[in-house]
Amino acid sequence: MSQSVQHNPALTSSLLYLDGVSVSFDGFKAIRGLSLVIAPGEMRAIIGPNGAGKTTMMDIITGKTKPDEGTVMFGGSVDLTRLDEAAIANLGIGRKFQKPTVFDFHTIEDNILLALKSQRSVAKTLFWKTAAANQKRIDDILGIIKLGDARNRLAGSLSHGQKQWLEIGMLLAQDPKLLLVDEPAAGMTDGETAETAVLLKEIAKDHSVIVVEHDMGFIRELGVKVTVLHEGSVLAEGPLDQVSANERVVEVYLGR
Amino acid sequence: MISIARLLRQLVVLTALLISPLAAFAQGADDAFTRLGADSYSDTARAVEMLVTSAHPQAAAIIEALGDGRLLAGGGAVIVKTRDGKLIDAKTGQPVATEPAGLSAVRLNNNVRRVVQAALGGLGLLNPDAGKRIAAAEAVFKSRDVTVLPVLEAAIAKESDAKAKAALRQAQAAILIVKTDAPPFDRLAAVDVLRERGDQEALATLRSLPGDASPALKDAQGRAIAAIEGNLALWRAGQNLWYGLSLGSVLLLAAIGLAITFGVMGVINMAHGEMVMLGAYTTFVVQELIRTSAPGLFDYSLMIAIPAAFLVAGAVGIAIERGVIRFLYGRPLETLLATWGISLILQQAVRTGFGPTNREVGAPNFMSGAFEIGGLAITWNRLWIIVFAGLVFAALLAILKLTPMGLQMRAVTQNRRMASAMGIRTGRIDALTFGLGSGVAGLAGVALSQIDNVSPNLGQSYIIDSFMVVVFGGVGNLWGTLVGAMTLGVANKFLEPYAGAVLGKIALLVFIILFIQKRPRGLFALKGRAVEA
Amino acid sequence: MITRFLIQGMDKRGLVFLALLAGLALLVPLSNLLLPPGSFLHVPTSTMSLWGKYLCYALLAISLDLVWGYCGILSLGHGAFFALGGYAMGMYLMRQIGSRGVYGNPILPDFMVFLNWGELPWYWYGFSSFPFAMLMVLLVPGLLAFVFGWFAFRSRVTGVYLSIITQALTYALLLAFFRNDMGFGGNNGLTDFKDILGFNVQAQTTRAALFAMTCVMLIASFLIARGIVDSKLGKVVIAIRDAESRTRFLGYRVDRFKLFVFTVSACMAGVAGALYVPQVGIINPSEFAPANSIETVIWVAIGGRGTLVGAALGAVVVNYAKTVFTSGFMAPYWLFALGALFVFVTLFMPKGILGTAQDWWGKRRKPEPATPVAEPAAAE
Repeated sequence: MSQSVQHNPALTSSLLYLDGVSVSFDGFKAIRGLSLVIAPGEMRAIIGPNGAGKTTMMDIITGKTKPDEGTVMFGGSVDLTRLDEAAIANLGIGRKFQKPTVFDFHTIEDNILLALKSQRSVAKTLFWKTAAANQKRIDDILGIIKLGDARNRLAGSLSHGQKQWLEIGMLLAQDPKLLLVDEPAAGMTDGETAETAVLLKEIAKDHSVIVVEHDMGFIRELGVKVTVLHEGSVLAEGPLDQVSANERVVEVYLGR
Repeated sequence: MISIARLLRQLVVLTALLISPLAAFAQGADDAFTRLGADSYSDTARAVEMLVTSAHPQAAAIIEALGDGRLLAGGGAVIVKTRDGKLIDAKTGQPVATEPAGLSAVRLNNNVRRVVQAALGGLGLLNPDAGKRIAAAEAVFKSRDVTVLPVLEAAIAKESDAKAKAALRQAQAAILIVKTDAPPFDRLAAVDVLRERGDQEALATLRSLPGDASPALKDAQGRAIAAIEGNLALWRAGQNLWYGLSLGSVLLLAAIGLAITFGVMGVINMAHGEMVMLGAYTTFVVQELIRTSAPGLFDYSLMIAIPAAFLVAGAVGIAIERGVIRFLYGRPLETLLATWGISLILQQAVRTGFGPTNREVGAPNFMSGAFEIGGLAITWNRLWIIVFAGLVFAALLAILKLTPMGLQMRAVTQNRRMASAMGIRTGRIDALTFGLGSGVAGLAGVALSQIDNVSPNLGQSYIIDSFMVVVFGGVGNLWGTLVGAMTLGVANKFLEPYAGAVLGKIALLVFIILFIQKRPRGLFALKGRAVEA
Repeated sequence: MITRFLIQGMDKRGLVFLALLAGLALLVPLSNLLLPPGSFLHVPTSTMSLWGKYLCYALLAISLDLVWGYCGILSLGHGAFFALGGYAMGMYLMRQIGSRGVYGNPILPDFMVFLNWGELPWYWYGFSSFPFAMLMVLLVPGLLAFVFGWFAFRSRVTGVYLSIITQALTYALLLAFFRNDMGFGGNNGLTDFKDILGFNVQAQTTRAALFAMTCVMLIASFLIARGIVDSKLGKVVIAIRDAESRTRFLGYRVDRFKLFVFTVSACMAGVAGALYVPQVGIINPSEFAPANSIETVIWVAIGGRGTLVGAALGAVVVNYAKTVFTSGFMAPYWLFALGALFVFVTLFMPKGILGTAQDWWGKRRKPEPATPVAEPAAAE
């Protein structure tokens, strides 16, 4: 990295630092000049209409998509564009997908076990033995996501909302420094949504979190700084009340 | 070696011939008959030469008879015994009723035999038919017999036909190359003539230049060889390109149906090869029917087979889609297995119905034979298959791009549920798309019946190649299939001369295996979020 | 650690399977060797060899189930690994012939003498040693799988694309082994074996030993495969099968896990091939035919993929059926039956015999009305 980047205080103090990131698919610019800084311990909500580039941004952070240009740095020093998904995950970035993705043919407990922070090498997994401490951690997480009684059921048999929670539980088990959560409240009842917000706030106490969500009520409940994306770049940033008063935001997102 | 004296003699005769043909005729012929009766090898040889230059009407028959040991002489008479045993007076050509006493066959030694051979060649050179003269010149070109040279030169002088003259000159040049005592200037000119001829034989002739040639001559020879080799390499590349395009068009025909079922619908149809096979058997059946009921229509048999094969293969395809594949959408690996099972059943059914051996499918007149363009040999059946492949490709492209059915097909592939919501009957479209892909495979079968064995295993030999083409070209893109087929066809034919057919094929398979690592979605792949598997 | 790895989570089905194999390994050779031919319980040598062949196929099926049933990699080229293992064994057996060949050359196999080869090609060196040959039985298929998989999995070639290129792989090998100048006997392959480890391959005792050895290797491979799928690595592999990209985002290097399973599986297939060759007496390029590999897939599908035991069961059932079918007047219809089997299993019994039986058993125990399920017996 160049000198200017090295001495950039915004970079060195950040957990995640995106600057001037662009990517296009077959000529369509999905992300154009996106810049975003997440501080350690921060929880950030990202909103934006369909096609604003929210999921593509997550793809770039987690290494699924390589940007055409721009800087993506983690912890102030690691260039994420050079790493693949597994390396980025092991660095401490966890991701929950828009559509809940759990391992349907594994039990709930095994789902958590697979996510549990541990050595990921072939040899280590081949001769893995679940230690007492690991088991306790699994039990704790099952308690947090309220699936302790269902631990031996196959994940495929869970309801949509339960799968969302299981996936959050898997994120917890991964114990990442940064969590990327894509629409955690999608398809949930109001009650479940409220509980999810509580859970996320709990998690945010000792993790950095980026939440992508459509549900304004949910964002309001989180009560955190909001970034509005539009056509692949940042439109506005600030507390929810401030951005929702922004005329351009109202225009593009809330619609008129 | 030929003695200088005899050459001089020949030159003298030749000069005489050129100055006064008639005189030479009278004098040469009479003298020749006397000499034939002399029972001396050298006289016999001389007589042959005289006969050649005399243009005696019986000369050819006499010399031929001499070569076969059927020329009898004795007591001043020279008699030709024909192959069926009749006796003819050599001088007059009149039949001889009674065999004169004291006749014996004119004897030959090796020298006489050689002279006879050369003379026969030389006689051809003077044949009134230009085609025969060219053929004779070609024979001389190959034999490079120095003794023919005088006749040859005489013939060149008389020749008026341009093509025949060129052939004669080339024959002369070939002789001059090996004739070390010819004037250096003539031999240099000969190198040029050969260089102009420029084919494999000219090359061989140039290479036979004796080692003791002058530096200037050797230099000219070297340059001529290089020029011819360069030229030949070019033609060879052209020929390979042609073979490659021909193979490519076969691959295109075999793969394009697959490009629809696999590329557009995502269905792995392992029975695709059997659709091709059904098309070929349909052609066979159509031809059998025509043979037995309307032999006059034979030249149109392929025209009739084309729609028939399309319908048969298409109908079987629709039956497979409705009966099996539609229950397996979204499970590509299961589809692969089920269609493999279907391919086994179809193969066995055809084996039971038509027997396990190859079936003969005839070629109509317009598809047999070949023609040449420069150094290219082009067979009509290959040419027509290329044309046919192009037409099928264009028609498919038009169907997909221009017709409502194509629009609906593309809609269903891109978003099944949305298409369904818009009132498209997706089931019907699936069946029709699959039927179209299978029908096109049937068309490929019609073409393949002309160049491959029609057997129950016909399809098996194309299925892997077809998949390679589709995967290489990029799934869901007909142009990719075209480029893929042509690239693989041409690459295959260019590899063959270096690596052999089998190694070339292996190299290509390995290349594709490596290529897919680099571009898992083929040459012309879609990018972006939509492609997520 | 190793024992725990091997027996953890062994279920009842697996134990029954192991007991059955152990019984076969002991009783069949004993019955063959000790009981008089007229006895009711006597197993004829030909039957024993036939079943030895089935068990080799069962081992191949287990190796395929490991990659397909658990990791979702549908390899249409497993026959290649099987054949390579077979060729490694065949090369050892060829070297054992020594000067007893038709041409009596002490070093060169007959086909090389016939082709006027002056000396042994370098890649035949060492095959006169049994341990070396056995090492190659594992190493050659394993290495090919490793190199192939390393390229394929790293560039994320998946699904049908992978299936098609594995098929291309075995097809390329088929073409290559048909060539005389490859030095593997060309079209005719390797045959006319005499000795294995100094014992006559045709002898009844040797055949009994080979049968027992096949059972033992099948038990060992089953234990290894079971150990792998029951370990945490097994869970990761299943996770890859069901949600590859999710697994990657959890931090697992999917390509390495696939590569591990694929390579282990190829080694197992190689062992199966090595056991197959001395019992059948020949190895030729037709073992590389893509059709063979696809047939292996159907054994696994019929038995029930992702069950290991089912794969072995499927291999035995289908091959037994094939023997019965093709030896009688029904012979011309075998391909109809096999083809129909492919279609039937994929449409009506996607879980195979074992899976379907399990469902059926489960439903019987629950009071729910059982939906009509295809009869497993139809597979015979």
